[in-house]
Amino acid sequence: MLSEQERREIEAHARHYPNNRAVCIEALKIVQQHRGWVSNEGIADVAEALQMKPAELESVATFYNMIFRKPVGKHVILLCDSVSCWIMGYERLRQHLGDRLGIRPGQTTADGRFTLLPNVCLGACDHAPVMMVDEAHYQDLDPARIDEILASYQQEEEKSTDGNAAHS
Amino acid sequence: MINFEIDGKPVSVPKNGTVMDGANQLGIYIPHFCYHKKLSIAANCRMCLVQVEKAPKPLPACATPAMEGMKVFTHSGQAVTAQKGVMEFLLINHPLDCPICDQGGECQLQDLAVGYGASSSRYTETKRVVANKNLGPLISTDMTRCIHCTRCVRFGQEIAGIMELGMVGRGEHSEILAFVGKTVDSELSGNVIDLCPVGALVSKPFRYSARTWELSRRKSISPHCGLGSNLIVQIKQNRVMRVLPRENEEINECWLSDKDRFSYEGLNSEERLTRPMIKQGGVWQECDWQTALEFVANGLKDVKEKYGAESIGALGSAHSTLEELYLLQKLVRGLGSASVDHRVRQSDFRADSQMQGAPWLGMPIAEISQLKSLLVIGSTLRKDHPLLAHRIRQAVKHGAELNVINPIDDDLLTKVRNRAIVAPDKMVSMLAEVLKAIAELKGVEIPDDAKNALSTVSASDTARAIAISLSDNKPAAIFIGNLAQHHPRYTDICKLAQHIAQISDVRFGVLGEAANSVGAYIAGAVPFGNRFGNRNADTAGDRHGGQGANASQMLGMDDAASGTGCKAYILLNLEPELDCYNTQRAVRTLAAADLVVMMTAYKSHAAIQDNYADVLLPIAPFTETSGTFVSTEGRVQSFNGVVAPLGETRPAWKVLRVLGNILQLDGFDYETSEQVRGDVLPAGNDVSAWLNSRLGSLAVNPIEAGKENKGSEGLQRIGEVPIYQADLIVRRAESLQRTRDAAAPLAWMSGSLMAQLGLQTEEVIRLKQEEGEVQLPVAQDDKLPANCIRIASAHPSTAALGGMFDQITVEKS
Ligand code: SF4
Ligand code: FES
Ligand code: FES
Repeated sequence: MLSEQERREIEAHARHYPNNRAVCIEALKIVQQHRGWVSNEGIADVAEALQMKPAELESVATFYNMIFRKPVGKHVILLCDSVSCWIMGYERLRQHLGDRLGIRPGQTTADGRFTLLPNVCLGACDHAPVMMVDEAHYQDLDPARIDEILASYQQEEEKSTDGNAAHS
Repeated sequence: MINFEIDGKPVSVPKNGTVMDGANQLGIYIPHFCYHKKLSIAANCRMCLVQVEKAPKPLPACATPAMEGMKVFTHSGQAVTAQKGVMEFLLINHPLDCPICDQGGECQLQDLAVGYGASSSRYTETKRVVANKNLGPLISTDMTRCIHCTRCVRFGQEIAGIMELGMVGRGEHSEILAFVGKTVDSELSGNVIDLCPVGALVSKPFRYSARTWELSRRKSISPHCGLGSNLIVQIKQNRVMRVLPRENEEINECWLSDKDRFSYEGLNSEERLTRPMIKQGGVWQECDWQTALEFVANGLKDVKEKYGAESIGALGSAHSTLEELYLLQKLVRGLGSASVDHRVRQSDFRADSQMQGAPWLGMPIAEISQLKSLLVIGSTLRKDHPLLAHRIRQAVKHGAELNVINPIDDDLLTKVRNRAIVAPDKMVSMLAEVLKAIAELKGVEIPDDAKNALSTVSASDTARAIAISLSDNKPAAIFIGNLAQHHPRYTDICKLAQHIAQISDVRFGVLGEAANSVGAYIAGAVPFGNRFGNRNADTAGDRHGGQGANASQMLGMDDAASGTGCKAYILLNLEPELDCYNTQRAVRTLAAADLVVMMTAYKSHAAIQDNYADVLLPIAPFTETSGTFVSTEGRVQSFNGVVAPLGETRPAWKVLRVLGNILQLDGFDYETSEQVRGDVLPAGNDVSAWLNSRLGSLAVNPIEAGKENKGSEGLQRIGEVPIYQADLIVRRAESLQRTRDAAAPLAWMSGSLMAQLGLQTEEVIRLKQEEGEVQLPVAQDDKLPANCIRIASAHPSTAALGGMFDQITVEKS
């Protein structure tokens, strides 16, 4: 079942679209925002709300990389694996990221902090290789830069959990 | 019209026409996979690339709109290079496992690869592998072979009305699947097997059993629903291996329902009766034909002498052929009885004296898609008439308004404009309201014979909306479905519907339950003689006083005529414990008879175990005899046997002929089934003069308000016939019996009724009708009207119950 909040948000979007089917991407994004990812149940919920068939929504959900059909970690790293980035050293970066995180593309770190996903062209080919972490965009990457970026997320988290840790 | 040129030949297509349309018109073949004339354009396979003058790149013929003066080249260097290029790409990931692929020999990819593919592949990288899916008992998958044409997906969306298959993922990762673990349950699902241009979706029952080039193809006609779908039956070594659609735009188009497609398994069932059987001293024994036929003839003669000819009755099935039913009634009438009928699930025969002809669809099937408004009364539309339901969906897609008056609210997979979901005993008053509304709307008097009945009725908003829909949108039609035909007030339903149709000036028709529903009337397999159809109108029955007993009277199902059962019965292609309105009484009545002769293709368990039968005569199913069906639209379609009869099985018309001879009756010296047909049908086989669903003058009975609810009394049964229980053959089709539609019956009721009776879902309860009782689990369906329990009929687990729409009581067990 959709939560009240999810329902309200979907309805707000629905007003801008000519029909139910057109709002389905937004609806999937909303469910993902609230639940972290879109489960089978999430698909069924949206399907029911928009009077679509689950099979149709599933086609939409799996077409778009940014809709997650499996649970993801706290941060999602989208590493571009399209042609410009490939030429500019994607493979080295993938190797490096994988080593640092101890996972392969498609996996989530054991601590649930990072999920690494390959992604098609991020549209910044002139600054290849490129990746995104959640909403943030990083370009002209090399292994050193990647270490910096990962460290910044680690630090940020430590900061935010410090308070709690102190009490325990 | 747009004029242009393909390969130098001029052609013109209507506005919005495509290059592919033009090529089809000219008979120029453009290779293609995703294009299908009945589906929307997807243009995703690119196999149809052609050269177009002044276009810089090749264009897909299926998606390129024709333009005035355009010059298209389908076989030029550029076109062929493009086509070959596409083929190379398609084959990159294709496993090329033709030797073990069922599609081999009838595969578009294989054919086109021969024409456009290279003899060896330049691709050395690893191929993609896709996991197979379990889509249920009918469709087998090999998804690595899929070329992502999405025909199967579009079929679901556009024809079956429900998108069960989707394409998930993107690019290299795309695959076809049903949403998480779902199977494909549509009653039209088998068509994706035909549509799939490769071996990704193949028939599960047929899999690995034969190669297409080993099979001979014979034409036939479906014996199941009233449509008369055209079939190709494929044979190997005198065995039916597979059934495919034979395209007929006016009937089934290029489709088949799963019932038509997969029922053939029942023809090869273990339960086939291959030798005559006689019960002697309570023990069943096989015997030869001579013995069996003499036993029957002597038995009939004995009964006639002892009790009079009127005590002989015959019941046929509307799944039997015109010839069989004609000879059946001729035999009985020749013996001096007029008790012959085929309407074993009908319960209201009040209209018999006023029938003007054989009830029929009232219009050609093909015109249904052009209707602008429809009213369907009492029908499990999709399950009873799968392809007719598809036609109706097409009509709705083009703007038609669908209205229903029904005791059930199953998803019709299309928009329903107005729906009146009412208990069976309120259907008549609902129709009365619509009649009142339409009369007011048109400012006409209520017809005399309905005036009394309608005096207390006032039109509800729904009734008014239905009336407006019918009167404002033309062409329109009213159809009476199977549930209404079995309804205890069928006559009133018919009469009211007919008045509504007349006043609103729309078509009026009865949806034929079986392949030969119309033909059975024309053959004279009804107890009121031969007032229409049947050119030999002076058969004996009429001379002997006309009116015989109807099915309900013969089987002791008619309260008013209790004790009127016959002493001897001939049952043709029936299983009375499943096929009658009140199965409990039918079996009881038959058990009390002196002689029950069953002409059947199967060893019917009940007949043997319940011991009501005395002789079983093995007769040929439709594939082993020639014959004729007259479809619900009045189309006469004759067919030949496609295989030789199994074992000692004989075509029923021949059995009846021999019986007629042994009994020394006149007019039984036919040599061919065509001669029999010639006795029934006029030259040219035009039966249109005998088609008429209207009833003569007949007063509508008073409209009672719905019965008060008194606890568990006053509960009504809604007894539909499940799709895969409708006839003897489909009941024995193994794969169909494993589908969701063949699930064991449950006692469906609304949540509020469950609460009122203190029942839980899945709780097993005792259900009683008259003296019979069954135990079934409860299931919840909140769309059912109050005080109704929906329990399928025609199923062994509910055979002990009584009337399909009669009262039922519930007890906790
Ligand atoms: S399964 Fe067959 S019909 Fe469906 S997309 Fe694949 S190739 Fe086309
Ligand atoms: S290819 Fe990586 S951003 Fe375009
Ligand atoms: S047939 Fe035209 S693109 Fe597939």
